[in-house]
Amino acid sequence: MSIDWQTFWLTLQLAATVSVVLLFLGLPIAYWIAFSRWHWKFLVEAVVALPIVLPPTVLGFYVLVALGPRSPLGRWWIALTGHTLAFTFSGLVIGSILYSLPFAVQPFAASFAGVDRRLIAASATLGASPLRTFFRVIAPLSLPGLVTGFALSFAHTMGEFGVVLMVGGNIPGVTRTVSIDIYDRVQATDYAGANQTALLLLVLCFGLLSLVYALNRKTWLVHPVK
Amino acid sequence: MSDSRAFVDSTTNPASRRDRSQSALQGNFRKRNADFILDVAFKASAGFTILFGASGAGKTTLLDCVAGLAQLESGRIAVGGRVLFDSASGIDVPTAKRRAGYVFQTLALFPHLSVEQNVAYGLNHLPHAERASEVSRILRAFRISHLSERPAREISGGESQRVALARTLVTDPEVLLLDEPLAALDAPTKAHILEDLREWNREHNIPILYVTHSREEVFALGEVVIVLDAGRIIAQGTPHEVMTAPMQETVAQLAGFENIFDAVVEAVRPERGTMTCSIAGDSGPLVLETPLVRGGVGAAFRIGIRAGDILLAASPPIGLSARNVIPGRIQSLEQRDVIVTARVKCRVEMQAHLTLAARDSLDLSAGREVWLVIKTHSCHLMQR
Repeated sequence: MSIDWQTFWLTLQLAATVSVVLLFLGLPIAYWIAFSRWHWKFLVEAVVALPIVLPPTVLGFYVLVALGPRSPLGRWWIALTGHTLAFTFSGLVIGSILYSLPFAVQPFAASFAGVDRRLIAASATLGASPLRTFFRVIAPLSLPGLVTGFALSFAHTMGEFGVVLMVGGNIPGVTRTVSIDIYDRVQATDYAGANQTALLLLVLCFGLLSLVYALNRKTWLVHPVK
Repeated sequence: MSDSRAFVDSTTNPASRRDRSQSALQGNFRKRNADFILDVAFKASAGFTILFGASGAGKTTLLDCVAGLAQLESGRIAVGGRVLFDSASGIDVPTAKRRAGYVFQTLALFPHLSVEQNVAYGLNHLPHAERASEVSRILRAFRISHLSERPAREISGGESQRVALARTLVTDPEVLLLDEPLAALDAPTKAHILEDLREWNREHNIPILYVTHSREEVFALGEVVIVLDAGRIIAQGTPHEVMTAPMQETVAQLAGFENIFDAVVEAVRPERGTMTCSIAGDSGPLVLETPLVRGGVGAAFRIGIRAGDILLAASPPIGLSARNVIPGRIQSLEQRDVIVTARVKCRVEMQAHLTLAARDSLDLSAGREVWLVIKTHSCHLMQR
């Protein structure tokens, strides 16, 4: 068995961290996208969707520059911690958050927008604050979308390559993820090892997505009461 | 005089009751959408005020404005002394703080919560024990205690309507907005719920704006009727004033009567449940058989006949069950969409609706002699 478990563990950690952060970061962004009436909202939507169409290298390049010692963020981080963000796990997390943002925000926003507006209005007429309305009405009724967004951002981070390579490099135990491991093995003509690792990743992602879709099939299929 | 009366009333009432004159809802505002302007001024005292009008007249929008769910262009809304909206002084109380109970046409029960959780939703500010007792009290009052554990999405239409009312009333609102909450119910269930609602308001005595386009509900409930048409109030008053006033043709048309005539009872046949009424026409009276209602020979009524209830025959019909067969002459035929309106002169002028196919197959045109056929029970009697 030539699977590099350290790399697998690191990848899982990265995916878990990113999807949890995106759950909290994505909720307010998605809420705003779903309910704001701002005229220029479409610009924000376009920015959020950018990582879907941009080559990961483009995104990775700008993240690398932004994290590097010549950017304000990079300088601030160095002053704070003494080392640069690039080629660290934290840097990887930041890059991956940006890369996977649309995969969390879009399902969230779509499910928020799908909640019957009259339910939200009813909550307000019953004296509930917007926050209470969100947690008691909008979020529970959007649960399938929340689960989907969480799982998609997890799975998408599991499989990312370009951004990781640009931002993180290939440091075993720090920034080497499964997809980079596979690439390395192919470069070294270790096709058997590449195949095993790739197969494991394939099965893992398939299993995760199947679980999500199976859950969504069961959760709260809401029909209008009549 | 009326002021001192109101004062005396409020002091003789039990302390728990609110002073009627104090709790009135007053609105005077303007709201503009892309293709619609709502511009209204009204006062709704404690008790039922009916909002009546065709769909698209702005009834729901008006309720949304009072509840703070729609953005107003200008105006003022107040309940009693409390200002909810005032464009002049920049007041716009958020929906959650308006204390305006609102039952939507779609009811909007939270489908993922139980009946009990739905009803308790608006009582979050109360301590747990008090909340539970309030909820069980209102569930009992609306006869839905047995449903409390059931998910809201699994109960029937009539039950949902009771739950929606209970959920709103338990919050002790200062004004109640009801948007056709009973539209889908059969008559006995509807009467039952309305009686529960009246009972509730005997104690609370708040203004209730009640949207309907059912004529029956207007007469059953209304103390005051406000008639909306294309975003404007075109009539207000008691149901009888509004619905039967001769000048309010729009109102009568809203109620679905294209033909409205003053009539006097000629003869009464209690054994058959009918009577004959005569309508004064240009060349003598037109006599119609109508259903029997209270009031003897000589009583004055108004007869309403829907244009869609009148049959047109191109030759004298025989062997019909309908009792009223009236000869006349077509004055004009007017096509609107797929409906043709025929104006027929038969001592009075009546409008009858027919389809395009009927017009063509009967070869109808202006000047043609026809016979109008009207069933006894298509003649609706209203008080004058």
